[in-house]
Amino acid sequence: MKVSAIITLKKDVLDPQGKVIHQALDGMGFENISEVRQGKYFEIDVNENDPSKAKAIVEDMCKKLLANLVIENFKIIETQ
Amino acid sequence: MKSSVITFPGSNCDRDMDVALKKFGFNNKMVWHDDNELPKSDLVVLPGGFSYGDYLRCGSMASKSKIMRSVINFAKSGGLVMGICNGFQILVETGLVPGVLLRNKYLEFICKNVFVKLDNKENSYFKNLNKDILEFHIAHNEGNYFCTKDQLKEIEDNNQIAIYYCNKEGKIEDQYNPNGSIKNIAGIFNKEKNVLGMMPHPERMIDQSLSGEDGSIFFKNLINNIK
Repeated sequence: MKVSAIITLKKDVLDPQGKVIHQALDGMGFENISEVRQGKYFEIDVNENDPSKAKAIVEDMCKKLLANLVIENFKIIETQ
Repeated sequence: MKSSVITFPGSNCDRDMDVALKKFGFNNKMVWHDDNELPKSDLVVLPGGFSYGDYLRCGSMASKSKIMRSVINFAKSGGLVMGICNGFQILVETGLVPGVLLRNKYLEFICKNVFVKLDNKENSYFKNLNKDILEFHIAHNEGNYFCTKDQLKEIEDNNQIAIYYCNKEGKIEDQYNPNGSIKNIAGIFNKEKNVLGMMPHPERMIDQSLSGEDGSIFFKNLINNIK
């Protein structure tokens, strides 16, 4: 089944790319924004039919490789 | 004295490091990332570059490569492991040294000479060095050292800050911080001080006619300390 993981920067971590994107959006006329934070999105097809098992595998991947827990948080979403 | 330089796909300072180590008397071996065994070494160096194209996070893929298991064991048993630039990024991803290296504060690749001040000489790298301020070269996009408040307290309590960005006179101020690093940190030790990660490249400062001599001073002292 497909499991997705979203990796985002923790609140206290500076996100200069997000800031620049915010400024660009501002300049394009999207003025109604208070903050932009950039993150990463992974779609992983796990050979496992049990949703909770599949999610646990991806959670392990996030902890060991996909996210750096010093600066990032992750959220796991079951897609199929 | 035996040293090993690890080459990852995308390393590009590995041969410079090889030249530097040999120039100052190390018997250096190049080691491929896919090897299992580390040759007998007194010093292991993780060189600069763009290992695995900086995919995912700089250094993250390299930190999981085969040879790194041996390097981690070597470090945990007290062996000297030095990571320069991308090598520093690899070290933080292994967890051997605390913190992370974020994108530079102003989002630009920085390539210039900087001055760094040594903070701690009670270690194999800087012991007996007769200079406190060294001129090294930096070339990086992700050198913005960051750690949590708790980690910073621990790092400071254990004297783990190796070098700070400063000016020629050794003043450590915001204006001499090239990349936004917390507290102007340019290099960090592990608790035991046998693992050193730093963004500046001493191997680029080993020839007066090309660059400078402070790298020579560093390497000469290093081999004498290891002997």
